[in-house]
Amino acid sequence: MKKLLPWLVLLMAVGYVVSKSLRAPKNPAAFDVVGFSRLPVLVNGRLKPLDTVARSSLLQLQGRQSVETPDGRKPTPIEWLLDTCYRADLADTYKTFEIVNPDLLAVFDLKVEDGLDNKRFAYNQLFKSFAELDRQAKLANQVESAVRTPFQSAVVQLYGNLVHYQRLRHALASPDRPDFLGDLLKFQEQVKDGVAAVRAKQAGQPHDEAAAAAMTQIGERFVDMANLSNFLVIPPEAVETDPNAWKPAGAALLDTFRSGRVNAAALAYAGLGHAWRNGKPEQFNKLIELFRADLEKQFAERLKKCDAEARFNAAQPFYTSMTLYALAFFIAVFSWLVWPDTLGRSAFWLVAVAWIVATAGIAMRMWLEGRPPVTNLYSSALFVGWGSVGLCLILEYFYKNAIGSVAAGVIGFATLLIAHHLSLTGDTLEMMRAVLDSNFWLATHVVVVAAGYAATALAGFLALIYIVRGIFTTTLDKVTADSLARMVYGIVCFATLFSFVGTILGGIWADQSWGRFWGWDPKENGALIIVIWNAIILHARWGGMIKQRGLMCLAVGGNIAVGWSWFGTNMLGVGLHSYGFTDAAFVALISFGISQVAVIALANLPLSKWRSFSRNLSAPLALHKENLGSTSGR
Amino acid sequence: MNDAFRQIRDFFVSLKLTVVLLVFGLVLVFAGTLAQVNLGIWAIQEKFFRSFIALWQVGPLTIPLPGGYLVGGLLLINLLSAHLYRFKFTWGKSGVQLTHIGLILLLVGELLSGLWQEDYSMRLVQNETKNFSESYRDNELALVDTTDPKFDEIVVIPEPNLIPGQTIQHPKLPFRIVTKTYYPNSALSSSGPADANHPAPAAGGESGSPATKGVGTRITAAPQPITYKQDERNIPTAFVELIGAEGSLGTWLVSTHPAMTPQAFEHAGRKWTIALRSTRAYKPFALTLLKFSHDRYAGTEIPKNFSSRIRLTTPDGTDNREVLIYMNNPLRYAGLTFYQASFDPNDDKVTILQVVKNPSWLIPYVACGLMTFGLTVQFCIHLFAFVGKRRNARPSHP
Repeated sequence: MKKLLPWLVLLMAVGYVVSKSLRAPKNPAAFDVVGFSRLPVLVNGRLKPLDTVARSSLLQLQGRQSVETPDGRKPTPIEWLLDTCYRADLADTYKTFEIVNPDLLAVFDLKVEDGLDNKRFAYNQLFKSFAELDRQAKLANQVESAVRTPFQSAVVQLYGNLVHYQRLRHALASPDRPDFLGDLLKFQEQVKDGVAAVRAKQAGQPHDEAAAAAMTQIGERFVDMANLSNFLVIPPEAVETDPNAWKPAGAALLDTFRSGRVNAAALAYAGLGHAWRNGKPEQFNKLIELFRADLEKQFAERLKKCDAEARFNAAQPFYTSMTLYALAFFIAVFSWLVWPDTLGRSAFWLVAVAWIVATAGIAMRMWLEGRPPVTNLYSSALFVGWGSVGLCLILEYFYKNAIGSVAAGVIGFATLLIAHHLSLTGDTLEMMRAVLDSNFWLATHVVVVAAGYAATALAGFLALIYIVRGIFTTTLDKVTADSLARMVYGIVCFATLFSFVGTILGGIWADQSWGRFWGWDPKENGALIIVIWNAIILHARWGGMIKQRGLMCLAVGGNIAVGWSWFGTNMLGVGLHSYGFTDAAFVALISFGISQVAVIALANLPLSKWRSFSRNLSAPLALHKENLGSTSGR
Repeated sequence: MNDAFRQIRDFFVSLKLTVVLLVFGLVLVFAGTLAQVNLGIWAIQEKFFRSFIALWQVGPLTIPLPGGYLVGGLLLINLLSAHLYRFKFTWGKSGVQLTHIGLILLLVGELLSGLWQEDYSMRLVQNETKNFSESYRDNELALVDTTDPKFDEIVVIPEPNLIPGQTIQHPKLPFRIVTKTYYPNSALSSSGPADANHPAPAAGGESGSPATKGVGTRITAAPQPITYKQDERNIPTAFVELIGAEGSLGTWLVSTHPAMTPQAFEHAGRKWTIALRSTRAYKPFALTLLKFSHDRYAGTEIPKNFSSRIRLTTPDGTDNREVLIYMNNPLRYAGLTFYQASFDPNDDKVTILQVVKNPSWLIPYVACGLMTFGLTVQFCIHLFAFVGKRRNARPSHP
């Protein structure tokens, strides 16, 4: 049984991955919402499936993808999007706006208890105080984002979220018209006479007053839609590769006044809305099928990518991977107490499966984007975690003492958690700004620097294991301590190489694009700090200034350097490089720094206070026993 | 004596000194990053990294730190002396030695580029031709004799010489220049046309603007604090009086404000213009902007790319060709490098190029090559040794 356990764990992990990530998404009811979720839309310069819009919108509005309706239903993200676009009356009652700032709640006269989970509120609850929010947002917008108070930041954020929600409401149909399809069909019939009537009216000639009024009325709806939404949902009618030819539904409908013919795609979306509102799944599914077939004629290639992306969204490989990392961590820690070989190997396999899932996820993102792995802060978190865990797997393969698996579990989990928080600002597959638009340098400089971050953080984490195990447990015997020291030393060498080469490549990129090799810009300085820190560790070690414990203390210090360089420099709000600005993260960063300093301070307790060493010091027998090579060294 | 020498030598070759200097370097880099928030990147480069002592302002405290030249210089001495003293070639350490040679080169290269590098910018409107670039931060007072339509004769006075109360004389100028007022940064505002309150320009100096000639009689200048922000420029303004043999010609307001154009006047039968402008560096060739393109991603304001199609011509006609400058693809010509730096948000027919002169630009490339190669060699040596050891050790550790 014990021998089979690792295999069993491997099997279960693979089964979990298959059930979580590899099953095709199913329609929860008769409506083909999966088909709807794969329809293409051009947002932020990128053609993506509506599914991505639904999920990234929910993350942005409320920090999670799941929704709960007042009557207790749990619609999927795409069902929520359908409701928002077509049944605004319903969607406006869903509590999907996260507000945690108490002062901001006061603006709306709301109490914490009014919200779902004490922090999520519905559009309807906010509606009455929009004028006041608008006023506050104008005030807050005059303040530079770096110096806004928490209240002002919350105002600006909520305001942005409400604007985003309005864009969704007006993306496919007019939220004020109960029968938008009927409106459009009637409009199609009347448009020729109506336009003639309006022309005549403007020219001061006799005209059909009712027809002209009808045109003005429906025209105003279209103008609202065009002004309030920037989701380019209407594909160009002619064969057209220029992405600028995509239009918002409102603009396409306004074109009808010129062309005399309602845009087919806009009509299809209105038809879908009609079917969704009136609970007619057959009509909905038939329309999806027809519309899709029509799109296939022109965009077959790009639809394939959209389908793959929708599938990728549903698979959520990084959340699957996160769960497995957490599990691997616990099993690996237990392996230090009982069944070292069996549990150690089980943890190793779990880490391996989690890492492969993350690898597949990163590869998928690269294919979707056509870019190297690191393009923004979010993807850097994914990649740093991936690199660290990869190194852990190599360490574990050589040392087989579960230390690599413990480190992999924590670092893998933590970096994916960081990535999750970074994904809350919207779609993570962003277009590259002109200055960064160079696949060659993104593939070399950025990737190598991220690998350097990953290695420095791993060395720091291994040192944390050394200190915590040494002080609080009796499990850090000499063999383990020495092998940890070798691991840390090796990883620091690796980190020095990568962070240095990466920094240098960055210098060359800067020289190529800005005309200076080195400009002492915050991000450059951050990378330099990591290089110097690693150089300090190595030189202090070679000069005999530090021994094993000093090495560990300095390696933990490397964690602070990584935290600073990775996130701290983005918070300064200066420099050419700052590609991410995050606000509440500042507190997290400071606390992280303090915690690392505390560990270093702890490590400087006299060795007699270290449980592992005091036993060894006071009981030469233990040493003696170890020298006899009692077991595998635990 | 011998003993003292040995102590000094041991101090300079020691690894302890290396570590201490690296720590100082780390602190300097960190402080230099934080101080950028208030002082801006240019000031930091000068005050922290291109100085011997850096004064770091933390709230009310001023903390003196060894500056970039001191740390870098000592590190250089430390490296050189350690290598001269201990140098013994071994394959096992070849990577480390290569790395250190590269580091020496890198430090020297950074020193040289700090001393030699010059940054200028060139703003071109479509179809405009320029044969000069302009400094980002330095300004000059330009007096141009435009009498001869075929050529101009120019005398420029660098901004630091404009000291209130001081007189400047130049053999080519038939008048003296007296700086009356000088603001390193200022805001200009129109004080309206001459009216009852400003009866005659000649009476200037007592009411409103001290200027008596040119556009300055209708403009007031208010001093502003010096800005260090990277995206803002200081706008210096000066009031200068020109005094010829027969007495004062008048007082002019000169400023680098973009709305200010050179002001013309006549003296002793010759035509002159006077202006305060960004310091110019004239080139033996000219660039003409043919077309500036600026694409954005569909439905967004995110810039996708910028590029400038430029015609490069030399007076002697040896060069007359079109070049395309875009992000990450500069033009290197005549020891200068032209980068696509920016654009005018209000005018899509304007390109802003950065013009860099850095004779030592190749040094970092060589240094980096050496260091990267050295580190890789050393890392591989360790890695193979480690793997070999593991392999040999395995049989004895079941």
